[in-house]
Amino acid sequence: MIVMFAVFLLSLLVITALAIVQTRNLFVAVMLTSIFSLLMAANFFILDAADVALTEAAVGAGVTTVIFLAALALTGERERPRRAGIIGPLVVVVSTTLVLLYATFDKPRLGDPLAPVHTHVAPWYLEKTPELIEIPNVVTAILGSFRAYDTLGEVFVVFAACIGVLFVLGAGSKAPAAIDGSERDSLGLRHHLIPQVVGRLLIPFIVLFGLYVQFHGEYGPGGGFQAGAIIATGVILYALIEGEKAALRAIPRGALLGLVAGGAMLYGLVGLAGILMGGNFLDYSVLMEDPVKGQQYGIILIEAGVGMAVCGSLLTIFHAFAAREGS
Amino acid sequence: MELLGYYNYWVFAIVLMVGFYAVIAKANLIKKLIGLSIFQSAVFLMYITMDKVEGGTAPIIQAGVTDQIYSNPLPQVLILTAIVVGVSTTALGLAIVVRIHETYGTIEEDEIMDMD
Repeated sequence: MIVMFAVFLLSLLVITALAIVQTRNLFVAVMLTSIFSLLMAANFFILDAADVALTEAAVGAGVTTVIFLAALALTGERERPRRAGIIGPLVVVVSTTLVLLYATFDKPRLGDPLAPVHTHVAPWYLEKTPELIEIPNVVTAILGSFRAYDTLGEVFVVFAACIGVLFVLGAGSKAPAAIDGSERDSLGLRHHLIPQVVGRLLIPFIVLFGLYVQFHGEYGPGGGFQAGAIIATGVILYALIEGEKAALRAIPRGALLGLVAGGAMLYGLVGLAGILMGGNFLDYSVLMEDPVKGQQYGIILIEAGVGMAVCGSLLTIFHAFAAREGS
Repeated sequence: MELLGYYNYWVFAIVLMVGFYAVIAKANLIKKLIGLSIFQSAVFLMYITMDKVEGGTAPIIQAGVTDQIYSNPLPQVLILTAIVVGVSTTALGLAIVVRIHETYGTIEEDEIMDMD
């Protein structure tokens, strides 16, 4: 039964991808991308990846769509037909697809417990997490402790991308003064009653759910990456309903930049604290007298850093696009 | 039923190449970025497909349960962070596209090439 459902969802995924490439209206393409992400999240959930499904739903279907739409508002939504022929690309794509399909027959079957990927370090993680860290969610344990170096690197990439967007689009401090304030305010959905009422009801619960996901990440699906994205979605919804200016009044740009830098720094400092207390970089066992407690506090701290950095980055990126004057 | 075990990989191959087609065959820069994110999602699908273990469940260990099989948590960790990094890098690409539009007045690749 679940197999048939998975096949159905995967087939929808292919159809959506084809529709995205085929349509000439970029607005339609972006909306279909949102649906594509939601279908992908459902597939991840069927494949036992609850944490990944939560991230894909919050980031792919939420934040990515809004950022794409903000870029479309600045560039225009019609795609002109291309002059060069499509035969060349089509030949390349079809032949590569055939080679890839041929290669799949060498892969282990879906769910094969003897696949090489399941016989290397994964059993060790599953076995040692209850003993060394004593938190139920093994994904959080690996993300926060066993592979904390990787996660630190990813947080710095998010940080660097956020700084890059600010460099390319400008920090936007002069933008609000350049535009007539009343005009900027009217960009929100303030004159639409239904989105306003529903949005106002939803926003507190979205942010509350984000905080729950942040602090419950050790026990269930969740953690800093998901929470950061969910809280950012809540604030972006506020900006869409009340206008971007109101959102900046609620959380000023400086506070967002502080979140980005502070989150990345908090992560790094927890790592350095490990060195100062006589352990290795990002070794939390030495933070407390009881190594297991130390691991748990370390993970809570770095997850908080991740959440701050991700939430701050996504909102800074959103504001950088929204503050840009349309052409 | 045996062949259905490969269905995820077939979808991976097709979606990957659909995204790649948008990158190489479309002239519109935003369409190229959409194609790139489809390509990226296909790679995520392949990783997550590999984490599944028959009869397994999400790797959240319940106290007192000993005979439960858990799916592989490692690919999940890699992809979870990659999704968030993916949106940040896509945003950086979009920022560059916005600047290109401000400079050239178009985001069609062939028209930009003509102007240069």
